[in-house]
Amino acid sequence: MPRTAFDKIWDAHVVRHATGEPALLYIDLHLVHEVTSPQAFDGLRQAGRRVRRPGLTIATVDHNVPTTPDRLLIRDPIAAAQISALRKNAEEFGIVLLDMNSGRQGIVHVVGPELGLTQPGMTIVCGDSHTSTHGAFGALAFGIGTSEVEHVLATQSLPQQRPRTMLVRVDGRLPRGITAKDLALGIIGTIGTDGGTGHVIEYAGEAVRALSMEGRMTLCNMTIEAGARAGLVSPDETTFAYLKGRPYAPQGEDWDRAISHWATLATEAGAAFDSEVRIAAEQLEPYVTWGTSPGMVVPVTGVVPGPQEAVSDSEREGVLRALEYMGLSPGTRVDQISIDRVFIGSCTNSRIEDLRAAARLVRGHKVHANVRALVVPGSEAVKRAAEAEGLDEMFRSAGFEWREPGCSMCLGMNPDTLAEGERCASTSNRNFEGRQGRGGRTHLVSPEMAAAAAIAGHFVDIRRWEGAG
Amino acid sequence: MESFRSHTGLVAPLDRANVDTDQIIPKQFLKRIERTGYGEFLFFDWRSDAGFILNRPEYSKASILLAGRNFGCGSSREHAPWALQQYGFRVIIAPCFADIFGNNALKNGLLAVSLQEPEVTTLFERAGRAALELTVNLESCRVSGKDFDAPFTIDSFARHCLLHGLDDIGLTLQHESEIAQFEAGRPLWMPTVHGD
Ligand code: SF4
Repeated sequence: MPRTAFDKIWDAHVVRHATGEPALLYIDLHLVHEVTSPQAFDGLRQAGRRVRRPGLTIATVDHNVPTTPDRLLIRDPIAAAQISALRKNAEEFGIVLLDMNSGRQGIVHVVGPELGLTQPGMTIVCGDSHTSTHGAFGALAFGIGTSEVEHVLATQSLPQQRPRTMLVRVDGRLPRGITAKDLALGIIGTIGTDGGTGHVIEYAGEAVRALSMEGRMTLCNMTIEAGARAGLVSPDETTFAYLKGRPYAPQGEDWDRAISHWATLATEAGAAFDSEVRIAAEQLEPYVTWGTSPGMVVPVTGVVPGPQEAVSDSEREGVLRALEYMGLSPGTRVDQISIDRVFIGSCTNSRIEDLRAAARLVRGHKVHANVRALVVPGSEAVKRAAEAEGLDEMFRSAGFEWREPGCSMCLGMNPDTLAEGERCASTSNRNFEGRQGRGGRTHLVSPEMAAAAAIAGHFVDIRRWEGAG
Repeated sequence: MESFRSHTGLVAPLDRANVDTDQIIPKQFLKRIERTGYGEFLFFDWRSDAGFILNRPEYSKASILLAGRNFGCGSSREHAPWALQQYGFRVIIAPCFADIFGNNALKNGLLAVSLQEPEVTTLFERAGRAALELTVNLESCRVSGKDFDAPFTIDSFARHCLLHGLDDIGLTLQHESEIAQFEAGRPLWMPTVHGD
C-alpha cells in the first residue's frame, strides 16, 4: 500500500506499541530554550535522573534576550535568572548551549536548520509550538510542553497517539508578489484556526514544490496556527541542496548513504490521507490579518469585515471583541489602515531570504515619519550573512533599526514591545491580544508587505509597489 | 501527578472561542523558573476588566471552567495549565481543545473534557441564569448535574494514568532496554551535537 512521508517516519520511530497504549516514539533531536526548560531540569534533579542523550539535545537562548548592542547586560533580573538557569543546566547535564556571541545563537527554529541538524526523516521536538517549522525538511517535528520536555530529556522518547493526516495541495503557481507567508495565511483563512487539530498536515502541489527551503519553513511554521501540531513537505532535491555542506549535515560517504535514505521518504502516489484540502495558488493575494486570531485574515485589497458576516452568536461576539481591541470599524479599507510600528523578524520570517526580500523593497526609500521599524535577524549566522551582503546598510539608511538576533517583538518577553494602542505590521505568527505588548495591535503580513508598509505608513498592495517582484 | 477520579464543583462560564495561552498566562509571567506561583496571574489582562467573569463574586469559588471551542490554542507553555490549576480549577469543559494544551493539562492532572457543542451551549445557558454545579466523573466518563447528564470520551491510556496518578517518565523507563535496542539500530550518520 502506498505510504505517506508521515507514515514512513512514524513507523520508523516506534520503539514499542502495546495495545491500549500510545506508541513510544524515539526522538532524534530535542531543541531546548530558556523559557520552557527550567522546570523540566528541576524535575530531573528532584528524581535523580540524568539526560539520556545529551548529544541529541541542543540549547539556545532566544525568547528573553535583548536585541540591543549591549544585550549581554540583561537589565530584567527575572529574565537574567532564567538565562543563567539554562547556562547552569546545560553545564550540569552536559548539553551544548549556543549562547549569545557564540556565533551560532539564534531563534531555536532558525538555528536547527541552518546548522544542518534538522534533516529529513527525523523526529524533532522542542518546548515550543513553532517546532512545526522543521517539518519543511520532511521531518516529523512538533511542539511539546514542559512535562514532555522532561520526559524526552530523561528517556529520549515520548508516548504519542498517532495523529490523523491531512493533505493540503496547492495547485498552480504563486502569482508575483505572493509569498509563502501569504500562502500560510490563506490556508489558515480557509481551514480555520482549529481546522488541523489532531492532524499532521502535508503540504504538496506545484506551488509548494517551487518554494525555497526558507519558504517551506515559513509555511510549516504557521501550521500550528491552523491547529495542527506538525506540518511537513516531502523531501526533494531542494531539501538536499540546502543541507549539503552545513556543519551537521553528513559528509563524504555518509552523505551518499543519507541521500539514498532520504530519497525513499517522500509520499508515494496514491497514498491515503484522512482528509484533503485543495488551494488554487492563482487565487491567493497578499494577506493582512485584521483581528486577534490568525484566521481573521483578509486580502490587502479588501475591507475590515463586520459582525454581520459571522455565522454564529459566539463568532459574532468574537468579531465584535476583535474589532474593539484592534480599534477598527467594519468596512475600513485595509490599505487605509495606518501603522505606528513595523517588526521584521521571528521564526516565521527572519531568515536571509526574508531579509533580502524586505531590503530590496526599501532601497532608495525612507521609513515614514510616523513609523518606527525594527529588523531582527533570526540568528547570529543570518545577521553575519546579511551584513556581508550589505543588507544592514540598506535597512539602516532607510531608517530601520538593525538589531541583534532573538524572538524580540514576536512576543515581547524582552524589552521590544508595543505600547498600548500601537498598531504594528509584523512578520511574526500570532496576532493574539497583547502578544506584542499589552494593548498592542498586531497585523500579520509577509516581509515584503511589512517593508512597504514601513515606507508608506499604511498597508499597500505589494503588487503595485514600484520595483517590486 | 495527582490522581483524578471525580470532582464536583461550581462552573464559571467563559463564553469565548479560541482562548489562547497568551491570555491564560501572559508572557511576562513565563520568566519564573519555578512550577508554582502562576495562579494569581491567570487571565491577567482580562482581569483588569471589572466585569470579567472571574472578577464576579458569585464565581469566586468556581472549580470548573466552561469555555468555547479551541481552548488553549497558541503557545505550548505549560504555564497555562499550571496557572489554571493553581488558581483553583480542576476541570475545563469545552467543545474542543488545542492539541498541545490538552496534553499539557492531562500531564498535570487538570481534566480537559470535550462535550458536544449543543451540550456546551446548554451549560452556558444554565450557568448564565443561576449557579451551576456539575460533577465530572472520570471513572464513568460522565458530566452530570441537575437535569443534565452527558458522556465524554477520553483517551483510555490517559484516563488510566489520571485515575492512578501515574508518573509517565517512570512508566517509560520500565522499557529502557527496548529504547536501548532501538537506539543501537539508528544509522550512524544521523547528527549528534557532540560525542555522547
Ligand atoms: S520567534 Fe516567536 S513564535 Fe518563534 S519561537 Fe520565538 S517567540 Fe516563539
